[in-house]
Amino acid sequence: MFAYIVRRLALMLVTLFGISIVIFFLLRIVPGNIVDILFAAAGYVDPSDKVELERQLGVDQPLILQYLHWIGGLLHGDLGYSYVSEKPALDEILPRIPITARLAGMALLFSASVGIPLGVISAVKQGSRLDYVLRVVSLSGLSLPSFWLGLLILTASVAMFGDIPIFNPNPKTWGELFATYCIPAMAVGFRSSALTMRITRSSMLEVLRQDYIRTARAKGASDASVNFHHALKNAILPVITVVGIEAAFLIGGLIVTETVFNIPGVARFLVEAIRWRDYPIVQNLVMFIAVVVVLANFTVDMLYAVFDPRIRYSD
Amino acid sequence: MAAIDFESELRRAGARATGSWGKLAFLARRHLLGAVGLAIMALFVLTALFADLIGRYDPLTVDAAHALARPSWQHWMGTDSFGRDVWSRIIHGSRISLAVGLGSTALGATFGVIIGLASGYLSGWVDLVFQRVTDILQALPLLVLALVMTAALGPSLPNVIIAIAIPLVPIVARVIRANTLALREQPFVEAAKSIGMSEMRIALRHVLPNTLAPLIVLATAQLGSTILTEASLSFLGLGIPEPYPSWGRMLSESAAEYVRVAPWLVIFPGIAISLAVFGTNLFGDALRDILDPRQRG
Repeated sequence: MFAYIVRRLALMLVTLFGISIVIFFLLRIVPGNIVDILFAAAGYVDPSDKVELERQLGVDQPLILQYLHWIGGLLHGDLGYSYVSEKPALDEILPRIPITARLAGMALLFSASVGIPLGVISAVKQGSRLDYVLRVVSLSGLSLPSFWLGLLILTASVAMFGDIPIFNPNPKTWGELFATYCIPAMAVGFRSSALTMRITRSSMLEVLRQDYIRTARAKGASDASVNFHHALKNAILPVITVVGIEAAFLIGGLIVTETVFNIPGVARFLVEAIRWRDYPIVQNLVMFIAVVVVLANFTVDMLYAVFDPRIRYSD
Repeated sequence: MAAIDFESELRRAGARATGSWGKLAFLARRHLLGAVGLAIMALFVLTALFADLIGRYDPLTVDAAHALARPSWQHWMGTDSFGRDVWSRIIHGSRISLAVGLGSTALGATFGVIIGLASGYLSGWVDLVFQRVTDILQALPLLVLALVMTAALGPSLPNVIIAIAIPLVPIVARVIRANTLALREQPFVEAAKSIGMSEMRIALRHVLPNTLAPLIVLATAQLGSTILTEASLSFLGLGIPEPYPSWGRMLSESAAEYVRVAPWLVIFPGIAISLAVFGTNLFGDALRDILDPRQRG
């Protein structure tokens, strides 16, 4: 088990190192550096200003040196400076993380509390009209773009209240916090809840076919006891694994939803930074997202071993 | 292993039909939702093919006098802030969604198959390198990778297709590799080797055709997600550039302003995206049930 964890951690580092290379060089594939772009946008070019700015930003050095500079700084917690605001990238990114984390947490909660019960009901009533309806609803949930769902919510809010809700940046009470995040969290979580429901359903169906379920029924256990006590306990494991996949899935939803609802989180910040070609911000944010996804997958694998004693990683 | 014998499948299911149309009708009855999905997809393709006939106006013609007109007999779905007819733009937008959907799925599947086949068949260091590369690509969410790719390549239709195809490569490669590894141990591969067939020929003639069924299932499942990703990219202003009528672009950020004054600009393009994706998802689900019975739920 210990050897397995060490191996996994080493592989994680290799993956993150690979991502840093891919992102860094991908952003610089296009000829012309940030200074060319800034000057093209400004409309005039004074060559001496340009050389000075290139030296200041360090873009006159060879790419490989720039890369080493970035990675070296990253290891010391120095993420460089934003091209746009000229503030340290860390100061720009850190305050936005809690906003996105709250939104993601509530979206996951919503997705689990809606998706798991509906998945169980759908599996228990397999083949019934209810199952059919739930399956179509979950599939249509996966087909709705989450930014459109957000826009529909805004349209409905205009129709009902006459205006769109304004994001409250510092909620003071728990109630305000909930009111601020619950609607965008539903817009993000709706698609994940459809995914959770489908996985819960197929996992539940698998377990319900097992011999020990028949045994439980034969000894006279009630339906509720069989379904929830015997079946769901075992069916929930594959659902947990998928949380790792859902983390990646959720980030896509967060990016568009934060844009729709005008929420100043990290996900929307990534889009803004890409649009402004603020590469120090983009590369650090992408690294941050990669770390979150890789850690989520690692944690899920570990949880799997904790919850399912049959699994022993002995590699 | 994954080869599908339609005849026995059909007989097992109790089909008595003999002609190919009869078989098709039987499958459609058994998989009603799949048939609905196929019908939606057909409608989508026909719309894209005959957009010039169905669209009533030119999708790019600006008509400032009729900007933000409500839906009416002249403009079934109203007009946008430039006075362009929304119905015509949605009809023509199907071409972009279809081009991106088919283009990036085909591109991603082709490279995924090559990498998966090479990785599973050659193993050794080739496999090791490809495995690490797929790990790297899979650690980034699809939309994030596509965003960075379009930012690097610049917004245009071919670049959007490439940007969405690249995240698909590792997904396809994983599945093809797993299948290839299993197929390599099959007796027919050993038989081909014993009669002196070259490795390349075995890989292409015997292993590749047998990975086709899972590939088709996977590609159909991904079709919807490529359409959604294009819509998201264009919504964020980093996908298909103006003035092309991409459905996502029609919903771009200014839509948050239009929800107050022109909700029709928000509602109709979203319906188009959702319907197209819903159709491919329904069809993809049914196809998986038919071609990959092991996953049947």
